[in-house]
Order: sequence, then structure tokens, then C-alpha cells
Amino acid sequence: MDVGPVDCDIHPNVPETHVLMPFLSDYWREQITTRAIDGLDLNTYPPKTPLYARKDWRPEKAKAASTLELLRTQALDRFNPRFAICNIVYGAQAVFNGDLSAALCSAVNDWIIQEWLNKDARLRASIIVPFNDPELAVDEIEKRAGDHRFVQVMLLTGSEMPLGRRQFWPIYRAAERHGLPIGIHAGATARHASTYTGWPSHYIEEYSAQAQSFQGQLLSLIYEGVFVKFPALKVVLIESGVTWLPSFTSRADHTWRALRAEVPWLDRAPSQFVRDHIRLTTQPFDAPEDGATVRRIIDLLDSDSMLLFASDYPHWQFDGDDALPPGISDELARKIMVDNPLATYPRLRELAQ
Amino acid sequence: MTTTKHVVATIEEVPPGQHKKVHVKGRDIALFNLNGEFYALGDKCPHEAGSLCTGKVVGLAISKEPGDYQLVRPGEFVKCPWHGWEFDIRTGQSYCDPQKTRVRMYESHVENGDELAKGPYVAETFKVSVDQQYVVIEL
Repeated sequence: MDVGPVDCDIHPNVPETHVLMPFLSDYWREQITTRAIDGLDLNTYPPKTPLYARKDWRPEKAKAASTLELLRTQALDRFNPRFAICNIVYGAQAVFNGDLSAALCSAVNDWIIQEWLNKDARLRASIIVPFNDPELAVDEIEKRAGDHRFVQVMLLTGSEMPLGRRQFWPIYRAAERHGLPIGIHAGATARHASTYTGWPSHYIEEYSAQAQSFQGQLLSLIYEGVFVKFPALKVVLIESGVTWLPSFTSRADHTWRALRAEVPWLDRAPSQFVRDHIRLTTQPFDAPEDGATVRRIIDLLDSDSMLLFASDYPHWQFDGDDALPPGISDELARKIMVDNPLATYPRLRELAQ
Repeated sequence: MTTTKHVVATIEEVPPGQHKKVHVKGRDIALFNLNGEFYALGDKCPHEAGSLCTGKVVGLAISKEPGDYQLVRPGEFVKCPWHGWEFDIRTGQSYCDPQKTRVRMYESHVENGDELAKGPYVAETFKVSVDQQYVVIEL
């Protein structure tokens, strides 16, 4: 099966809230107008920060990656993916009113279909859901699952409660049933301080500290038994960084040996659950720019099935056209760019067959 | 290799559920009594050599699914006092890594004094009497 590379993380951006208006009910349309709601970008991704868009991908007036034309010329025609998965990082998931959050998420999904999926056959998307309100999130999954261009359910790492807790299980049950992996993207819904030690002073701290948040979510998912309960579920950590994982997993294994009686349903070491159920996108990779170090870290992952190629367009993770970290063999590159994404996303396989 | 019988305890000294540290040929051995059956484990955790004799004796926590908690085989495991690794007293195997991690086991059994008296045996701290029962480790 030769289908070409899959870009597992690109970010079309909602240009302004009013583009969602056609997809909202009269009530919410009026609320958005009278309350002058606009922008709604996540605090964790301020559009004017350097990270939000590479210099050469930042248009003069429009928001980066906010039109199909920008996406085509800057990313699709450049990296030539067979498929690219649109992950909309937007405040719809962070709104505290669960009903408004659900309405906005649903509108974003309609907008993805109309403005992106219907216009370019290479595009696929994650279902955006109001995940802090799992019942409403499941409704949205059920609403979208029939459209197989949606290949994943996307949550943000900064949740109201640790994502392994049972209140979130209906989301995982629905995702597993529909063959949809759960993607956890960097970004927070502002329920808690953005680091374990409290609010940082600077954005530079907050962005780097996202890894802490991913680590907490990873432990919660494993130890609460999500993968014991939903053995077919895959979780993709998106824009999480990669290099922190091997040492963190070693520590988890060590602790499991001492304290596993607390979580007796874990029938194997945390590292085994990581290898079986966790996937990570490759931008950012967070390694020094030398191939030997990158290879060593990949060896430490002890699996060549976990990494999924991503450009993370338009976020500024790398310059030039080489979106893969250095030092990766042709064989491994093929796994990361083609085989692993197809193995992770059943719905991409349907079309490839 | 020929082994020698080492008399290490009277059976009354280590009642069911109890354990005792004994010494044979310069080795520390943890002698456990599980419901009248004796098991002799090297008193050295294979991880970093913590003394198992000073660890907690526990049951095995198992589960059918998340949220289900069951305790089976009460008193049949010992947790190393240093890092909490659990070992099956009957086999010396680590619960988390039974294939690669195990405590050295020694052959032990109970013998009547009158049988033992025929010799040969080593009983450094005992006087073997014919009307007693003893735990013997062969090494």
C-alpha cells in the first residue's frame, strides 16, 4: 500500500468568530453579537507570538493559516502529503459555559467541513469537542462520526480534571467504538494554573511547561486504567515534544513496581502501555540538532511505531522544508510518515485500500 | 555437588505466618512459614540487595477491571523494604517481572529429630533432640 506521507498536525485557524455565525443557532448568534464575543483564541496560543506562525508563513494582514490558499501554497504543495489532519486549536473547547462551548465546537466542525474538507481532498480533520463536559462531547462525536473525513477526536492537554478520570470515559468509549483515536493537543482551557508550581510570569515558561501537563495526563490515562477498559484505544500526543518521554517512562515503571497494588488492574508496566497505546507527533521533537542524539532518543523509545510525522504548520518549530528531525534513516522515515499514521488512524486506511 | 543438611530452626520457633532470618554457609536466608510449609529465600532482594526479612508480608492485589480491587493469597508475598518490589514467597519470583527477576530459593524441609540424629548434619546453634521436629536447609 503506497499512499504517500501523512501530515498528522496542521492548523487551519478560525480567522474571526463571525465565520462561525452561519453554523450557530439564532440564540447563540445574537449572544455572540450582543456580548461582542470575538477572537476566542486560546491564551496558550496568542496569534501574535512568534510560535503561532513562522515568519515566512505569516501573512501581512490575515491571521496565519486562515485561508485554504495559504495552507495550499505554504504547506500542502510544499510537503506534499497524501493526507493532512487539520487540528483546530481554538477557544471553542475552553469556554466555561458547556452549552456555548458545545455550540461553538459544533460550529467549528461545520466550518471545517465547508471551508476545508469540501475544498481539498487531501484534508482530514479532528472532531473538536467540549471535552470538559463529556456528555456534550459524546453528542458531538456521534454527530460527526458518520463522516469518515473526521479521523480523530481532539482534546487539549489542559483539562478541568485529569483526563484518565472516569467522568471522561464516555468520550473514550465513543471514540473506540467509531475507530477514532483521541488526539491530545498542547493548549489549556484555563481551569488551573498552567504549571504544577503555579502561574509563570512569562509565555516562554508556559509553552515549555506544556510537557508537564502531558506527563500528568499520560500517568492519569495509564493508571486510571483507560487502556485496560478500552484496549483498542490509541492516544496521540500532539505538539507535546518527544524527548521527555523515555526518561519519564522509566520513572513510571520504577514507581509501578513499588506501588502497583494501588492500581491492581495494571497488568503490565506503564512503558508497555505507552508503546501499545501512545503515539506522538514529530514537531516539536525537542532534541539537539544532531542526528546521533535523535537516533539515541528514538532507540530509547524502544519502538519504531510511536512517532507520527507532522509539520505543525504554521507553528514555528523549524525553518526551511525539512520537517523531520535529523538523523532518521529512510526506512524509519517511511514508517513515521506513512506506516505509523495509517496504523494509528483506521479511517485513513479505508481510503488507502 | 553434594549438599549438607543444615538444621536452622525448630518448627515451633517459626509458627505459621512468621519468618526468621537464619545463616547457612555465610549466607543470610529468610525462612518463611506459610501454613505449615517452610520456604527458604535468600535474604537479598535481586534489585539492590535489601533484606527481605525486614519487609512487609502481604497478599496479592489483583483486579478484573479498573475499580475492582481484590486481595488473594494473603500473607504469601513479601515486599522489599527498600523499593517495595513484591516477591512470591513460594517461588521467589518478582510479581512485576517473574521471568527475569527472582530471589534465590533454597531447598528446605522438616525432619524429625530421630531421623536427623542418624546424620550427617550441621546444627551450629542447636542440639538436636529425637522428639523434636526441625527445619532443615540443604546447601
